Amino acid sequence: MKKIDAIIKPFKLEEVKDALTELGVYGMTVSEVRGFGRQKGHKEAYRGTEYTIEFVPKTKIEVVVSDAMADKVIETIIRTAKTGSIGDGKIFMSNLEGVVRIRTGESGDRAL
Amino acid sequence: MGKHVRRYVMGAMIVAAVMLTAGLVVAQEGVPPTPAPASPAPALKVDTGDTAWMLTSSALVLAMIMPGLALFYGGLVRSKNVLGTITHSLVILCVVSLIWVLWGYSLAFGPDVGGFIGNLEWFGLSGVGGEPHAVYGPTIPHQVFMLFQLMFAAITPALITGAFAERMKFSALLLFSALWVTLIYCPMAHWIWGQGWLAKMGALDFAGGAVVHISSGWAALACALVLGRRQGYGTAQMVPHNLPMTLLGAGLLWFGWFGFNAGSALGANALAASAFLATHTAAAAGGVSWMVAEWLHRGKPTSLGIASGAVAGLATVTPAAGFVGLFSALFIGLAAGAACYGAVVWKSRLGYDDSLDVVGIHGVGGVLGILAAGLLASKAINAAGADGLFFGNPGQFGVQLLTAGVSVVFAFLGTLMILKLVDWTVGLRVAADEEERGLDISQHEERAYSQM
Repeated sequence: MKKIDAIIKPFKLEEVKDALTELGVYGMTVSEVRGFGRQKGHKEAYRGTEYTIEFVPKTKIEVVVSDAMADKVIETIIRTAKTGSIGDGKIFMSNLEGVVRIRTGESGDRAL
Repeated sequence: MGKHVRRYVMGAMIVAAVMLTAGLVVAQEGVPPTPAPASPAPALKVDTGDTAWMLTSSALVLAMIMPGLALFYGGLVRSKNVLGTITHSLVILCVVSLIWVLWGYSLAFGPDVGGFIGNLEWFGLSGVGGEPHAVYGPTIPHQVFMLFQLMFAAITPALITGAFAERMKFSALLLFSALWVTLIYCPMAHWIWGQGWLAKMGALDFAGGAVVHISSGWAALACALVLGRRQGYGTAQMVPHNLPMTLLGAGLLWFGWFGFNAGSALGANALAASAFLATHTAAAAGGVSWMVAEWLHRGKPTSLGIASGAVAGLATVTPAAGFVGLFSALFIGLAAGAACYGAVVWKSRLGYDDSLDVVGIHGVGGVLGILAAGLLASKAINAAGADGLFFGNPGQFGVQLLTAGVSVVFAFLGTLMILKLVDWTVGLRVAADEEERGLDISQHEERAYSQM
């Protein structure tokens, strides 16, 4: 099993979610996060005083999928989350030791 | 940088052109549609319509403090200080209300002692009952006038709290506010409204440009200087945590201001309508003027800017609201929005931490308004008032200059002394680690926004 963490632009969330659902991903966790990469920050101004906001708001999607699906999921996220401009985000993939469904106690791929 | 300077100059030129045009229109302004009737020797009889309006106006001014100003300021601070900030307005309302009914009203409006202060004959509202007072509203119960004035006394120290937001010790706030209302507000209200020495000279301050806005605005400068900057000022991100909350507060301030200014006519009459119109017009013009100035200077119009401009317009027109016509009010609002924006931008260059811009908006707006009344007041609008410089009475402008100058100096120096006293006794500022954790937890052991 693979765990995929994708940091994307917040307004792309719906599109990514719809495409992943269509692909057969059953669940995901999303959170509002802040951070910076090469995009660095943006400017905000209150009553004429300017602030550089270094941590930019982003959306993080976490999905866990079988090894076989991982590449397709990553391809789909790239296809739907990409705008081509700086700040599109990153995808992190890692191996996952195990998954357990709390209600039934099932584990492994059956728990996804 | 060069681009910004160019924009600024361009903005200033456009605003100046607009103001000049408005000024010309003002100078040519004719007789207003409904001049207030000159009242002969007033008959002391309670009028139900007037009384209903004044009770309503008192409640409207209450809404300016709680929740209006409380939310306006609450949204501008960081989330760890929002309860502390709102509580400043709330507790000042409670404490000042008690002071006012016990000794405050008597000091401000009671029988005159040498033009400087009222005596304590009306302590505990003794003799302040249902009968009208000849000067303080001949058609409303004396108690109604007292209640209306109570709200003014309560909002004024609440306005100051923006200057020391996020760092004042709660006990210090209580002591400071109680002393300030007694030693600064009551004398100033007496001088101008309570038949004191400035009133006798003919000073025009319809609803509190000097008594409320200059006093709070210049007291705020003393507070910002004595308390010093917040930790991390200039490096940390001190951005408003909830602008919708601030905008909601701005709307409530605007709403309540009709009680503040139109209520200062002390009756439901043509003068109240004229003050209502002047108030609303100046607020609208202030919002537009700040928006345009900021747009040209920085490149983007902001919601906070439009709201701040409207408040600046409201504060500035306050002393003139019952003495000026439509185009004068429009001019005052336009001048207020651009001037207060300039003052707020200038502040950040000077480097003192008037956290929520009390000086730039109320201090500057108050002075501007008192002087504007000296230029633009017209007896055609209010026979009980006076003509200003533009209406052939240059002497009035002199009186207004004196009123503004004396108010600035008295509020600033008096507040410095009170601050020193409070610092020696209970200490003004929270400890560094308390400031870091925020006032909500350190002063109140509460949190505004739960994680769960």
